Amino acid sequence: MKAVVLGGTTGIGRAIAQQLAERGDSVFLMGLDEADLARSAADLKARHPRQENVGFAVCDLEHPDGFALALDTADKTLSNFDSVVVTAAMFASQDALEADVELTRRLVTVNFANTVVFCEHVRKRLLSRGGGRLAVFSSVAGDRGRKPVAIYGSSKGGLAVYLEALDHRFNAAGLSVLCVKPGFVKTGMTAGLKPPPFAGEPAQVARDVIRAMDRKKALIYTPRMWALVMLVIRSLPRFVMRKINF
Amino acid sequence: MTLRAQPMLTGWGRLPAPGTEVIGEHLETITRGAVLSRGLGRSYGDSSLPAIASDRVAGTRLANRILAFNGETGVYRAEAGISLLDLNRVFMPQGWFTPVTPGTKFVTLGGMVASDVHGKNHHVAGCFGEHVRALRICLADNNIVECSAEQYPDLFYATIGGMGLLGHILEVEVAMHRISSPWIWQESERVPNIQEYLASLERGARAFPMTSGWIDCLNRGRSMGRGILFAGRWASKDEAPSEPPPEKKPLTFPFNLPNWALNNFTGQMFNRLVYYKHASKTAKGVIHPDGFFYPLDVILEWNRGYGTRGFTQYQCVLPRAAGPKAVLEFMDRLTKLGGASPLCVIKDCGPEGKGLLSFPLEGTSIAIDMAISPSIQRIVDSLNEFVIAAGGRIYLTKDRFTRADHFRAMEPRLDKFLAARAKWDPKRRLRSAQSVRILGDKE
Ligand SMILES: Cc1cc2nc3c(=O)[nH]c(=O)nc-3n(C[C@H](O)[C@H](O)[C@H](O)COP(=O)(O)OP(=O)(O)OC[C@H]3O[C@@H](n4cnc5c(N)ncnc54)[C@H](O)[C@@H]3O)c2cc1C
Ligand SMILES: NC(=O)c1ccc[n+]([C@@H]2O[C@H](COP(=O)([O-])OP(=O)(O)OC[C@H]3O[C@@H](n4cnc5c(N)ncnc54)[C@H](OP(=O)(O)O)[C@@H]3O)[C@@H](O)[C@H]2O)c1
Repeated sequence: MKAVVLGGTTGIGRAIAQQLAERGDSVFLMGLDEADLARSAADLKARHPRQENVGFAVCDLEHPDGFALALDTADKTLSNFDSVVVTAAMFASQDALEADVELTRRLVTVNFANTVVFCEHVRKRLLSRGGGRLAVFSSVAGDRGRKPVAIYGSSKGGLAVYLEALDHRFNAAGLSVLCVKPGFVKTGMTAGLKPPPFAGEPAQVARDVIRAMDRKKALIYTPRMWALVMLVIRSLPRFVMRKINF
Repeated sequence: MTLRAQPMLTGWGRLPAPGTEVIGEHLETITRGAVLSRGLGRSYGDSSLPAIASDRVAGTRLANRILAFNGETGVYRAEAGISLLDLNRVFMPQGWFTPVTPGTKFVTLGGMVASDVHGKNHHVAGCFGEHVRALRICLADNNIVECSAEQYPDLFYATIGGMGLLGHILEVEVAMHRISSPWIWQESERVPNIQEYLASLERGARAFPMTSGWIDCLNRGRSMGRGILFAGRWASKDEAPSEPPPEKKPLTFPFNLPNWALNNFTGQMFNRLVYYKHASKTAKGVIHPDGFFYPLDVILEWNRGYGTRGFTQYQCVLPRAAGPKAVLEFMDRLTKLGGASPLCVIKDCGPEGKGLLSFPLEGTSIAIDMAISPSIQRIVDSLNEFVIAAGGRIYLTKDRFTRADHFRAMEPRLDKFLAARAKWDPKRRLRSAQSVRILGDKE
């Protein structure tokens, strides 16, 4: 694989980049902070004896004008990437979002609108060279309108619909699109929240995602148990959803 | 459903303390204002637990980047939260191995420095700290310094084995060992009693760079201390299989065993795993490195085998000068106290390291797992009195019950350590439940 990882400096994205690098795949990192990207690039290089210098570029999902340039750099460094992983996203609690409309605007723009724009850039590039792989992180929070994740969840739900459509539309042309729906994963994003049962570790989720990309799957829940949990939650009637605080 | 229990942290022994940890990739951010760092929580007692619930604990395990690696010298620098599991996976295929490994790979680099861990090669390689070239530390006042044997040596040597009380370790530079292959040549021997065990241990140490073993100290009388001794070295290229050791998938211990189930879970597990497999008197051959270094890692969360009441490990070292007689007397006392178990890990240690509170000294180290019972304090007190009289000491990273006066009596280096602490953290802002108990820090 010649993979771009947007969000590859932290959390699940970091674990994906590390595991790809360890098995000898070429990785290009995108994220917010230049110095931090450089540290992560050094890490990836150390993880495999034949790993070459790992390239990186700043790419901010709040600034879509920068997407093309960042992807150009990736294309140049990797001599045309064939895979893209997007883990980058914003998170905020429902309370914080309800109290701050500007934060809400930013979050839904980053997680939905601008992520779609980023994917559109990627789609065009991959299709122009016969296809490739695109793996994007939605969330179990997008499966059902739920009280504690009303706004964040809706941004992820919208994204999941887009990814499904992308798969329907371009699969035949060689683009395999993977929509990743993690359950609770113990990363910086969820630090401070109490882990529920079946909480996952970033390394374990990364393994699942890479395997799904290798097998060209279109959708995964990870850790696996969450497929079952969400099956139940999706089937709960509305009057129950109105009552419970989950 | 909305009932919120007070969040708890536990060490490996599972005795809980109220508290929460803040985790994050950026140690400089999460250690700011924190009073303790914590890695993977594999210390058994209260070393990694906060003194009070409101103390901020920084959980380091997401800070896991390798920042530099020199393929010629085997020196790497990494963030303190990287696990040994990760380090082994990355460096073994490249022909390098951690200079010292504890008996589990689920530890962090920072944790290995803070406990100055020792392994089966202590008699030749010393502790982990011996191989540390430099540390980057966030001090109690949030200033960040780089230290080494040349630069701020007092800080450097107080941090190695200092149980997190001098500062938060952010980055560590370590020199690894070259290995001839990623496989182990092991020779093991069944030994009928403790005298012979100690003699074999000494012979083994002369012939092999790595030794360790365990004895069954439940058996009394003449076969007291029958056991198995393991000695090993890295297999040569010709001995080793051509393929790398396969990554083994561990099982997870699925639930807590009821508290009455086993009084010595580890012992029973070991008996199953090792003793019965060892049919012949001696055995030799090439084995998987994980089987050699990390036999207990095949089952994740095996500490649940002790149920919810938790357990502790008592580990002490008795000086060589006290002779094998002291080891026998120790065992005898242990049996009389009712703390004996079918698994005592016994290993000889080489000379004391430079870490100011580093555990090993030249002599024999003994470690026993014990379920928590109402008599546990009495047992630990009595064993400690014996250890003090023999001129030995206990291992802080395993400890939960040692009294402050006992610790002082067994630790002639304590004043030097406290002086370093007074200089680098005069207000004693950094503290743990253990430092409150053992060093009298304010609660
Ligand atoms: C099955 C098993 C076998 C073991 N075998 C051995 C053995 O053979 N030899 C041996 O020596 N030990 C052994 N140990 C003990 C273990 O190696 C140590 O307790 C080690 O310190 C655990 O690392 P950790 O990352 O889990 O640290 P934690 O348990 O989280 O913390 C241990 C101490 O290190 C401090 N610390 C952790 N990270 C930092 C940091 N970044 N900065 C400052 N302080 C920090 C903590 O404050 C605490 O005082 C074993 C433990 C288990 C469970
Ligand atoms: N953890 C979970 O339980 C969970 C559950 C379901 C779904 N997910 C999803 O999984 C993905 C990975 O999350 P994670 O748990 O690994 O959390 P994480 O470590 O916080 O990863 C999120 C990353 O997004 C980056 N980011 C934030 N805003 C950005 C922007 N405007 N432009 C570019 N990058 C930006 C963050 O950078 P900074 O760190 O520099 O801000 C961070 O690197 C996310 O899409 C998340 O929604 C996570």
